[in-house]
Amino acid sequence: MTLFIEQCLNGLQLGLLLFLLAAGLTLVFGIMDFVNLAHGSLYMIGAYFAATFASWTGSFVFGAVLAVAATLLVGMVVEVIAIRRLYGRDHLDHVLGTFGLILFFDELVRLIWGPGGKSLPVPAFLDGSFEILPGIQYPVYRLAIIAVTLAVAAFLYVLVMRTRIGMLIRAGASNREMVGALGVNIKLLYTLVFGLGAALAGLAGLMQAPILTVQIGMGENILILAFVITVIGGIGSIRGAFIAALLVGFIDTLGRSFLPNLLVDLVGRQAAFTAAPALSSMLIYILMAAVLVVKPQGLFPAGSR
Amino acid sequence: MADALLRIAGLAKRFGGIVATDDVALDVPEGELHAVIGPNGAGKTTLIAQLSGQLMADSGRIHFAGVDITRTPAWRRSHLGLARSFQITSLFLDHSVLDNVALAVQAHAGHSFRFWRNARLETGLRQKARAALEEVGLAHRADARASLLSHGEHRLLELAMALAGQPRMLLLDEPMAGLGPDESARMVAMLRRLKQRYTILLVEHDMEAVFALADRISVLVYGRVIATGAPDVIRANDQVREAYLGEDDHV
Amino acid sequence: MSGAITLRNGVIAALLLALALLPLYVQLTGDRFMLTLFSRIVILAIAAVSLNLILGYGGMMSFGHAAYLGIGGYTVAILAFEGVPSAFVQWPAALAASALFALIVGALSLRTRGVYFIMITLAFAQMAYYLASGTARYGGDDGLSLDTRSTFAGLIDLSNKTTFYYVCLVLLFGSILLVWRLTNSRFGMVLQGVRSNEARMRAIGFPTFRYQLAGFVIAGTMCGLAGALIANHTEFVSPSMMFWTRSGDLIVMVVLGGMGTLFGPVFGALALLFLEQFLPAAISTIVHPFNPAGAAKAGEFWQIVLGPLLLVVVLFARGGIDGLLRALSDRAHAQRKRGHG
Repeated sequence: MTLFIEQCLNGLQLGLLLFLLAAGLTLVFGIMDFVNLAHGSLYMIGAYFAATFASWTGSFVFGAVLAVAATLLVGMVVEVIAIRRLYGRDHLDHVLGTFGLILFFDELVRLIWGPGGKSLPVPAFLDGSFEILPGIQYPVYRLAIIAVTLAVAAFLYVLVMRTRIGMLIRAGASNREMVGALGVNIKLLYTLVFGLGAALAGLAGLMQAPILTVQIGMGENILILAFVITVIGGIGSIRGAFIAALLVGFIDTLGRSFLPNLLVDLVGRQAAFTAAPALSSMLIYILMAAVLVVKPQGLFPAGSR
Repeated sequence: MADALLRIAGLAKRFGGIVATDDVALDVPEGELHAVIGPNGAGKTTLIAQLSGQLMADSGRIHFAGVDITRTPAWRRSHLGLARSFQITSLFLDHSVLDNVALAVQAHAGHSFRFWRNARLETGLRQKARAALEEVGLAHRADARASLLSHGEHRLLELAMALAGQPRMLLLDEPMAGLGPDESARMVAMLRRLKQRYTILLVEHDMEAVFALADRISVLVYGRVIATGAPDVIRANDQVREAYLGEDDHV
Repeated sequence: MSGAITLRNGVIAALLLALALLPLYVQLTGDRFMLTLFSRIVILAIAAVSLNLILGYGGMMSFGHAAYLGIGGYTVAILAFEGVPSAFVQWPAALAASALFALIVGALSLRTRGVYFIMITLAFAQMAYYLASGTARYGGDDGLSLDTRSTFAGLIDLSNKTTFYYVCLVLLFGSILLVWRLTNSRFGMVLQGVRSNEARMRAIGFPTFRYQLAGFVIAGTMCGLAGALIANHTEFVSPSMMFWTRSGDLIVMVVLGGMGTLFGPVFGALALLFLEQFLPAAISTIVHPFNPAGAAKAGEFWQIVLGPLLLVVVLFARGGIDGLLRALSDRAHAQRKRGHG
């Protein structure tokens, strides 16, 4: 039972992290109609920046803040130099162009930080466990992730639904020329949106660093998951991304922890432990395929935010 | 009552809160040229889309040659003899004019699971394609790339492609859209010729053309047919004058 | 094919000739590595040719094509592992497995469009990846080795590198021939028509779904053959063959070489693998005079050039290498005309 609650919390935490990543993707997708394969690279860069800045400043939090700012900057620079030339083009062009960016960033990171990967330890003040329920300990750091991501989710909601900028974002999604004609600087708006997406990705990257990894290619693995979430949730829908991300987080985590034991009796120990992670990953794709069959535009198609 | 070639009953279509087609009923007997007119936004193109199968109606029935085609997919309606032309030119721009029409012929010349023989060397297809081009007066442009044609020539090609499948009935969506006075006159003459061989449902804004060609006219306003009848009757109808003919939609 | 003597056609003819004569070169120079490299290029060219059929000519943006390399490869490897080394069983099985997978994926995916199509095809490929990765008996993530290459009852010895190279080359020529006939046939007309204007195709009377599905299956099967070949070539298969970035590599080859052209995929495979092989050395050579110590290291980062290069091609040279050759041919032709006029 303890294990189950723990795994549920892990699933929640993973889901929320994935939400951060998917939110940026779905925003850019929904508003600029842009398929950004390099989103995973921004996730990776956030982790690398955080590892470096944290070791320079000796403070995790300070390093994190700097890393988010730096990733935001990188995102905006990339948008101005490369991304904006691809707007309005075929999705194939987006895919190819950003695929090239993936290759570029992987090599750039290798050039700057070397091939070995980095480490970002859990900060002292977030170390240890907390007794959330009688007899159940849960790592403080993971609770912090949950708290931060929920806060960011709330912030995003307020931003998109309640502010003028959010209104412009939503308006820009449905009618670019009109918004431009109103005197709003569409170019700047898009750059900012892209930057926001980058910052979210970078934040997700740095937060998972102490518990998972900081290495080249980490973006490629998680990017597909983020896309799947975006598609399940409905392109352009932050709410959809939130729900889909939680679904995926739970399925993945609970699958990985409970499937092996379920399978052991069927196929033997080694086979079960090899098959389980693969199976839980497959479940997610099956979920996506199932959703698309019933609701081809995702759970919350654009227009219902 | 003789069975009309095209019979529409109780057709309705909504997009969210907007009613695009509101209980439309219409009969087109064989050999008739029936014009559908109405102000912008009246739902004329939506109506054609439902007749051709691009859109599925929410409710109602469409019968063509006695067959219920309400749920029949677009491609199959083409084989039943119902062809359409598009208001916004919809061609294969990177292909030659002849290729464009030959494709339309090919669709009606058996299946296309032929993997080896060169389709451009099939004289049967090419001849029928040229014939369709002759009919609309585009034969001299057969080898030109479709993207290089003038707008007027595009509208003719649209027509040729609809004719290439040897249909029984044509659904023409504003064939005169964007044509100058000379080209319009030529198009009217051609439609008058085609009228003798095909049943036609013509959606048009050009009132001169409509009154010159139509056997009967239906007036569509906000998705509803407010009047149907011979041109003189329609011209004299007060409701119609108020709703539509009073506004000078045709520049 | 025009048959006209143009620069582009000259380059293609020279290329095909060079490919055919490569083993001779290897015999003369003893550079056996080239044989290995070019076998790989030819095999991946077959994969690219198959993708070009549905992507370049058919407009279907499949992001899961590498799955067929894996399916074909794993069929051969698994059969070999289970004691069936005969190519007469393995290769048809590889084709059948690929065809079946393509049929299922196509039937489910071709009802979607645009980015949803991309995602679904990618998802299915990832499922294949995870299936391989999760099957302990056949190595899981560690992959599976082939103890022996496919046997042809003594008729063809695939372990002879030259023989193997020619088998691959013949199959490449065969696939190009097939695509050539296909794209000019009625079937090809339909595929290209759907790419150009799907709504119109349906309006004029084509049941487009079945033709696209057929194209999808043909392409998948052809790529499965490439998979069988690559398993023989590396004598090893692993799930990573099917990871989505490998599908990306194939798409890059097709676009780089020139989408929707007959020889584009060959140019693309050549270019990509050439860059992989020789760009590091080229970079080192350039850097050496300035920084002898760092030159070798500099060469290692060749991919840093590839990324932006791809972006540049997408932005400015959409027709790829074939497009460039055509442009050069046209210019040369125009100059010759002016010279004679």
